[in-house]
Amino acid sequence: MSKTASVHSLRTRFAVAEDLEAPAAVSVTVDGRVVEARKGELIIEAAERAGIFIPRFCYHPRMKSVGMCRMCLVEVSGPRGASLQPACFVEVADGQEVFTESDAARKAQEGVLEFLLLNHPLDCPVCDKGGECPLQDQAVSHGPGESRFVEEKRHWAKPIEIGPLVLLDRERCIQCARCTRFAEEVAGEPFIDFAERGDRIEVAIFPGEPFRSYFGGNTVQICPVGALTATPYRFKSRPWDLEQVETTCTTCSVGCRMVAQSSAGALVRYLGVDSEPVNQSWLCDRGRFGFEAVEAPERLNKPLVRSETRLVESTWNQALTAVADRILQTLDGSGPAAVGVIGGSRLANEDAYAWVRLVKGVIGTDNFDAQLGDGLPAELVASLPRATIEETVAAGTVIVLAGDLREELPVLHLRLRQAAANDGLRIIDCAPVATGLEQVATWLPYRPGEAAELARTLVATESGDRVVIVLGRPSLAEPPAEIAAAAAVFAAAWPSARFLSALRRANVHGAIDLGCAPGMLPGRVTLEEAGAFFGEHWGSVPGARGLDTAGMLAAAASGEIKMLVLLGADPLSDFPDRDLAVRALERVDFLVTVDTAPNPSSRLADVVLPAAGYAERGGSTTNLEGRVTRLAAKVMPPGVSRADWVIATELSDRLGAQLGFESLDGIWAEIEKLAPAHSGCTVEALAAPEAADGIVIPLKPSAVQLTRRPLRLDPIATPGIDSVSEQGAPLGAGAAMSPGVEPDVDVRADEDDFADDEFADEEGPGELEALEDEVSPEDVSVPVGNRRPGLVRFAPGDWTGSGSLPPVDESPFRLVVRRGLYNHGTLVQSAGSLAPLAGSQELRLSPQEMSQLGVAPGDEVRVSTPRGELVVAAVGDGGVPSGVALLQFNAVPAHETGASALIDCSVRVVGLDVEKVI
Amino acid sequence: MITRAPRIVTSRVELPDSFTLERYLATGGYEGLRKALSMTPAEVAAEVNKASLLGRGGAGFPAGRKWSMLRRAATTYLVVNGDESEPATFKDHMLIEHDPHQIIEGTAIAAYATGVELAFIYCRGEFALGFERLQQACNEAYEHGALGADVLGSGYGLDIVVHPGAGAYICGEETALLESLEGKRGFPRIKPPFFPAAVGLYGEPTVVNNVETVSNLPWIVSHGGDAFTALGEGSSRGTRLFALSGRVARPGWFEIEMSKTTFRDLIYDPSLGAGIPDGKSLRAFIPGGVSSPWFGPEQLDLGLDQDAVGQAGSMLGSGSVVVMDSDTCPVRAAWRIARFFHRESCGQCTPCREGSGWIEKIMHRLEQGLGREEDIELVLDACDNVSPGLGWPPKQTTICVLGPSIPSAIVSVAKLFRDELLVHVKDGVCPFPPDKVRRG
Amino acid sequence: MGHLSSDNRARAKAIVACYPQRRSALIPLCHLAQAQDGWLSEEAMEDIAGLVGCTPAEVRGTATFYDMLHTEPVGRHVVTVCTNIACMLAGAYEVLDHAEASLKISVGQTTEDGEFTLEEAECLAGCDNAPCVQVNHRFFGPLDADGFDALIEDLRSGRLADTVPPHGILSRVDRNVGLPARAHRLGTVAGKQSGAATGAVPE
Ligand SMILES: Cc1cc2nc3c(=O)[nH]c(=O)nc-3n(C[C@H](O)[C@H](O)[C@H](O)COP(=O)(O)O)c2cc1C
Ligand code: SF4
Ligand code: FES
Repeated sequence: MSKTASVHSLRTRFAVAEDLEAPAAVSVTVDGRVVEARKGELIIEAAERAGIFIPRFCYHPRMKSVGMCRMCLVEVSGPRGASLQPACFVEVADGQEVFTESDAARKAQEGVLEFLLLNHPLDCPVCDKGGECPLQDQAVSHGPGESRFVEEKRHWAKPIEIGPLVLLDRERCIQCARCTRFAEEVAGEPFIDFAERGDRIEVAIFPGEPFRSYFGGNTVQICPVGALTATPYRFKSRPWDLEQVETTCTTCSVGCRMVAQSSAGALVRYLGVDSEPVNQSWLCDRGRFGFEAVEAPERLNKPLVRSETRLVESTWNQALTAVADRILQTLDGSGPAAVGVIGGSRLANEDAYAWVRLVKGVIGTDNFDAQLGDGLPAELVASLPRATIEETVAAGTVIVLAGDLREELPVLHLRLRQAAANDGLRIIDCAPVATGLEQVATWLPYRPGEAAELARTLVATESGDRVVIVLGRPSLAEPPAEIAAAAAVFAAAWPSARFLSALRRANVHGAIDLGCAPGMLPGRVTLEEAGAFFGEHWGSVPGARGLDTAGMLAAAASGEIKMLVLLGADPLSDFPDRDLAVRALERVDFLVTVDTAPNPSSRLADVVLPAAGYAERGGSTTNLEGRVTRLAAKVMPPGVSRADWVIATELSDRLGAQLGFESLDGIWAEIEKLAPAHSGCTVEALAAPEAADGIVIPLKPSAVQLTRRPLRLDPIATPGIDSVSEQGAPLGAGAAMSPGVEPDVDVRADEDDFADDEFADEEGPGELEALEDEVSPEDVSVPVGNRRPGLVRFAPGDWTGSGSLPPVDESPFRLVVRRGLYNHGTLVQSAGSLAPLAGSQELRLSPQEMSQLGVAPGDEVRVSTPRGELVVAAVGDGGVPSGVALLQFNAVPAHETGASALIDCSVRVVGLDVEKVI
Repeated sequence: MITRAPRIVTSRVELPDSFTLERYLATGGYEGLRKALSMTPAEVAAEVNKASLLGRGGAGFPAGRKWSMLRRAATTYLVVNGDESEPATFKDHMLIEHDPHQIIEGTAIAAYATGVELAFIYCRGEFALGFERLQQACNEAYEHGALGADVLGSGYGLDIVVHPGAGAYICGEETALLESLEGKRGFPRIKPPFFPAAVGLYGEPTVVNNVETVSNLPWIVSHGGDAFTALGEGSSRGTRLFALSGRVARPGWFEIEMSKTTFRDLIYDPSLGAGIPDGKSLRAFIPGGVSSPWFGPEQLDLGLDQDAVGQAGSMLGSGSVVVMDSDTCPVRAAWRIARFFHRESCGQCTPCREGSGWIEKIMHRLEQGLGREEDIELVLDACDNVSPGLGWPPKQTTICVLGPSIPSAIVSVAKLFRDELLVHVKDGVCPFPPDKVRRG
Repeated sequence: MGHLSSDNRARAKAIVACYPQRRSALIPLCHLAQAQDGWLSEEAMEDIAGLVGCTPAEVRGTATFYDMLHTEPVGRHVVTVCTNIACMLAGAYEVLDHAEASLKISVGQTTEDGEFTLEEAECLAGCDNAPCVQVNHRFFGPLDADGFDALIEDLRSGRLADTVPPHGILSRVDRNVGLPARAHRLGTVAGKQSGAATGAVPE
């Protein structure tokens, strides 16, 4: 691929959002420099854009100013002469003159710093923040030098636990209110607040009511001193010992940007990066502290092969040969349909593509599903018109038809909550049981199995104007077809409506986009439409549509599927219908697991292949918006574990077919070349600095908007990151960057206007012809006459639901099963700090029905469905309507019976009986 | 010479049942409101404007002007500030306990003039008896028809809620008061950009007036603005309540005509302060609450006039005058004032939160004779970091003016009593009786 | 359930109804809880949080800002001595020293029999009667050492029971007339609030 061509295509295809979209309205002078500023912009921001750093502590770019710490005092001209004003609070005004370094300003800044240090302990050598402490740094740059304070400092009892993972040392607190504002304004969980007055002020929780937030780690990240520390990082390292790399969190499909920091080859900390379109610097605690799972001692590090009844350590050669031989044998005996592959959303895009090409192009089976019966039909997800997160929070109305977003996609929840609480976004939450959005949304409860009916009511009463529908699985006990039918109702009635997928698994969207789903091929195309095209490039494609996970498990249970590969999947824990999963895995002749850590399903495997995990391999990932971002490797995989794409390539070799993959970039180049949805999203584009926040695919026809990160001089917005880049190794150090990438591609703003309209007149997917014309011939070596197939198209008529409801409920309750953020799944359980946070199993019922049943809170009840039964404690919950009962998925360790024992994934409504255990 | 001015706000307060509705009605109560209701709101406002009534809460801003700045909106509020906590100020306390109906009537007049339908009277929590009487008076006013859906049959509807504070000096500051009234910590809001008249209680335009300010309104409406301006001089018109305390023979409140009366009159006139007891002489006095810079004997002949006092480098502030005699240790007095600000700083702004404590500590060791000579410059520099330049009116590095009030007493001592300070340092002990202050 | 008695709960609801926003009732309700219990217990704060629609942490954070709200138990009589400038000039520190000696406690402490808690206050606006002392926020002064002892004696013997009610400034007079004007405009009924005990003002 020629570099000039790619540069050309970058220039014409991407536009970088300039910081100032509207023409400058205000012109101010800062330290003699003329600065053009937006109306309403704060002096501190305008100065920063001009490269002038004004010291600060309480100001945070993602929260409302309070102007409390007074560190940012500068001299500002006014009608009555210059006066000292807080730059974080005063807005720019035309003709205003600002002096950040005048004698008066310097004296005020030094004075504030001296005051702050009066009572601040001098324990920097033992403080976690030492070396990355804004107070320390600004004391040097803007402080008075010697302290003149001879008195005894204020004393507080040593650190107190304010939340499960957060400790507070009140002696170090400088009362900037960042943590309390975060709790109130961003998380909407005001469980920490200032107490007392004056210099007795302390940050406090209510006794016995800790700051039990999923977002508590953010308070630690934004604390400008060492007052708040997180137990997983405490005393682990110092900034000068750290290396870091920017990457994307793959704990869920939001795909928050973050840096991974390591010390002595081990991950020690993740910090949120301020990515405007996605996470705006926040992370959830599950993502933030998930690094512990990467470092868990129980990680797989050698291939295992079953010998008699035990799995014994083996070599790659033996293990791969055993798998390849078995594949060939199965193909010979039963044909490709007897092989099935479940999983793929743990994988990077490149891994997923390599596996799809192996499974569909080489082995020849279409039995491949990245979802575990807990998602939605892949064609639906791939074909619905998508909204980005930004478009969603800017919508007129957001309809949520998904699980509890706070539990499943925490940072998406945060974005929606903030938009509703602070900017008046209207949210209609369609959920059988109240969710974490309760306080900011209108809750429309519906009975499980009746989502489509609710959708029909909504489209009859709502205007459909500027609507975004967040679409996921409100209950795992309600089949996906029901939600698909509801989506079809919305899409048919409201052609301009957009959808944001709420499928939660890491790279599930990348996997679907690349064909890890029955009937799909890479690039959001169907096997039906694109089979010929891919057949040409790959040599062959499956002859018929394959099975999804439920189908594969059923076929395995009945003996039709003889060999299953679990590609980072654990059906015993994660498939909603456990009974079916057990029957399938026990019956199947040959079971292969490719994974990073052992799990209940892998214990039944015949061969276990150890895969490199998160932060151990590069590549890219695709989030729920379709945003492709790059992952970075920071540490070595344990033992002899290998990247999934390498495993696929080697397996293919042993099957006699050369995939020819040698590098991640090589795989991406093939994806970009062949997969229609990925066309134009080149390796160079992804690696460009302007694409740090990723590129949403498919590219828009005219030009694609990238977000240039604002120039930040602010070391306090993300304290731990800047100090490591200053004192530690440079950003990206140690990252397994692919060779041949030139990250400094010249990307210029496109002169043409690009689609700044969010909703109305944008062309839908599948219409990329216009785009292709722009691609220079060097870019794509597609044979003439073999144009790329069109993207999968949405047809409402395909989605009609799973049949009629029973006219009368045979059981008094309908079961709702949802996921909690902390559960007994492998990831949480192998992260030492998170594992204890997984709650215990309980059945939630409406308080009235509790009393009707004569059940007191905490009493044990027996719940039963046609599938199975369970004894659990019952709890009254005002968010549960009558006639409905809520259980959490994976709320018990794998060997105990949980909600999945009750679910029959083939019925529309799981009826439930509840009786008191006497 | 003491002028014979009418009693405007204290006409009935010395009667034993002055707080009852019966007595109030028997002494012309609610007639001002009745008259106001017969006028248009604009006419009432014009009358008050004509009276050039200065706010009595401390800042001395003309009440009529403040009303006219109220942003037009569907909902507006009036909040009457009865949080009186400025040390040595006790005139609102007296009005609340002894003439609550007058406050309610004045509130109603102000509300009518500004188009407000819901008003709050924020009563300092420590005034438990006063709070009960205000509450009771409010109940009675409703029953009398002076409040409620149809005030005195005029068709105008007004509700008043009496709201208790809970002990925090800063809640007298109007924006902290609004926060407190919203059920929050009393953290003052930053202004500019938004003053309460634009964005106040619950985000709506709000007028905040002092208890004494509104207590003047029934008389002004009844007698006309001109009758009010006939009293006093320049910008200081009418009478004003002064609270006199400290080393005087007759501490107490006095309603006197502004401008015409001098500090000397107030302190020495037999009908007022009646001089300094025990044959002692005057060392200094604080002219307008502990936030104001001190005056020495040279300023005794200044009139009780807002502008005159301002030009002399201090302020009339809350109208409280504290007298220090020749036995008073000025260092101790300044330390005690520093201690007050330290305990009452709300804690938002670093200079005020941390500075107040440090300044108190330095003053304490100076007072005890444990200070070093350089401590004098140190404490002044710390003060300078709170209020740059140490001038008057003060510059500020903080959100509200509590911070810049801290240096007033200390700068006064450094200026007026440097020798006394040095004696403390040199002798290692306080030269004044009693010989030490134990608390710090 | 809840911590406030049913009578006080009704009063609490009447107070909440006085304000356009529930949270405004936070401080009055803290006073009400103190009238009931003498201090502001955790249970009471949780109850108040529910009534005004915020978290218990916010109730505690707000309450601890204010000197009159006690989040630890206090004695039956809270005796507050002002030592600010006017009272200091009149001998307040001498009275406070005497109070500590005669009650055998230091400032901030409560006597063993639970009768008295001693506090040092900033100016109470009683400077014309300096040194000025409050007991459960009722004023006394000017007081010297002997006067202080006499006051304590009167309190112990119950002679001042009429003047000095139990804790809380909300213990005697309620708002017993609703907000008819606004209620009228909003189309809701407020009327007379039930459970509002109308106490007479002393004297
Ligand atoms: C620290 C501080 C304390 C104050 N305390 C009081 C007070 O106790 N009573 C009062 O009426 N005004 C007080 N004020 C002034 C008020 O902010 C406000 O100016 C006043 O209530 C307005 O009423 P007026 O215009 O009628 O004077 C205080 C101001 C500050 C800065
Ligand atoms: S100056 Fe002091 S009292 Fe005023 S807001 Fe700042 S910290 Fe609070
Ligand atoms: S006051 Fe501006 S950064 Fe704190």
